[in-house]
Amino acid sequence: MSESLFSKKNRKLITDPLTDNNPVTVQVLGICSALAITVQVNQAIVMGLSVIFVTMMGNVVISMLRNLIPSRIRIIVQLVVVAALVIVVDQVLAAFLPDLSAKLSVFVGLIITNCIIMGRLEAFAMANKPWPSLLDGFGNGLGYAGLLVLVAVFRELFGSGTLLGFTIFGNSLPGEESGLYAMGYTNNNMMILPPMALIIVGVIIWVQRLRNKELQEDH
Amino acid sequence: MAINKESNGFTFGFAITLVVVVGAVLALLAMGLKPMREQNAKVKKQLDILSAMLDLEKEGINRQNAASEFEKYINLDEAVVLDMNGNVKEGVNAFDVDIQTEYKDKKLKDTDKNYPLFVAKQDGKTLYIIPIVGKGLWGPIWGNVCLDEDMATIKGASFGHKGETPGLGAEIQQKFFIDRWIGEKISDENGDFLKFEIVKDGSGKDPQKVDGITGGTITSKGVEEMANRCLSVYAAYFKTLKTKE
Repeated sequence: MSESLFSKKNRKLITDPLTDNNPVTVQVLGICSALAITVQVNQAIVMGLSVIFVTMMGNVVISMLRNLIPSRIRIIVQLVVVAALVIVVDQVLAAFLPDLSAKLSVFVGLIITNCIIMGRLEAFAMANKPWPSLLDGFGNGLGYAGLLVLVAVFRELFGSGTLLGFTIFGNSLPGEESGLYAMGYTNNNMMILPPMALIIVGVIIWVQRLRNKELQEDH
Repeated sequence: MAINKESNGFTFGFAITLVVVVGAVLALLAMGLKPMREQNAKVKKQLDILSAMLDLEKEGINRQNAASEFEKYINLDEAVVLDMNGNVKEGVNAFDVDIQTEYKDKKLKDTDKNYPLFVAKQDGKTLYIIPIVGKGLWGPIWGNVCLDEDMATIKGASFGHKGETPGLGAEIQQKFFIDRWIGEKISDENGDFLKFEIVKDGSGKDPQKVDGITGGTITSKGVEEMANRCLSVYAAYFKTLKTKE
């Protein structure tokens, strides 16, 4: 039986991780990097794209090899594939986006330890064909990236008064204030600090579970 | 022919093949991207040197126009390389000296280390830019110090670090810390080197004293050590220049 490329089942692979099965807010994976690189939106976007690339390619490669990988060393094989992909991302960023690469610094390397990726490889790619695996990787990567960007929007807007580096609330330089700053508004420095990312993620999780009662745990 | 993929032989074979293939792919990629990474490093160095004398953001200097802006202010033919006693070394290209690698190189003798000095022109004034390197709490720190035409007064500076604690040691890059160095002198009227001291008691307004960063004591002390060790070499060189005149 052949299935169309974007059958309902396959579409669900992409849409589920965006909403009711989001890797960050529902499975609560990959929290550490969500704290670290969400101070600016452009960092979050690049990090999100990197993770999408790694989850997609990792899923495809592992899925293609799934019938060959000896089960005793499957975790190590997964790690080697993920590590290789992450090094590719790191090298390409260093060559083409040196400033961003310097800012993301160790966090690109730490994609290797991102639980979402290993989780998808072990839970999905080891048991499914390459195409559904690709979609699953894309969906989960996108779910992660989307949340990262959402958190970063809050943090950059209220922490620095900018979005993607463009000033939103006016000039905040002391002595030449304009816009909101001229009216006495100040940036919330708390937003720049890592704990605020946790609080924002927490609020998002709360709102999501408030809207979808099925996600609420009973205990 | 059925392969028993759980056998030891297959497991070893699979692991070895995988590592060889992955290794080859990564090696090829690294080689292919090497020229771009080197170019990026060169541009970064130009920006670092310029940032000691100019506010890069205000002047609109970025990676794209770094090379032309660098040439506008700095003539590499006037740059010199010194040895640790402040004597000019011939035959070494100042821009190619990598003081960070030399500083880390334990085998390199102190007498063999190079001390580059860049000469810049701005508004008809001659400025001197000195790259410095040292050690913070977690890793290397570095900077560029720009001296005014009297060869003694610090006109500007920029500091960088690899992995100092954000909010504490990492604050050495911030403008408020750099401003504390501006106006300090590296030598007295006779050209003798004057030591700097990082202080905690708020007496940074005094000459030769610079307020440290709260919570970043070890990094601040690292900047002090770096400035004293590196700048003394240049003070000796400037003294010989002045006595010649």
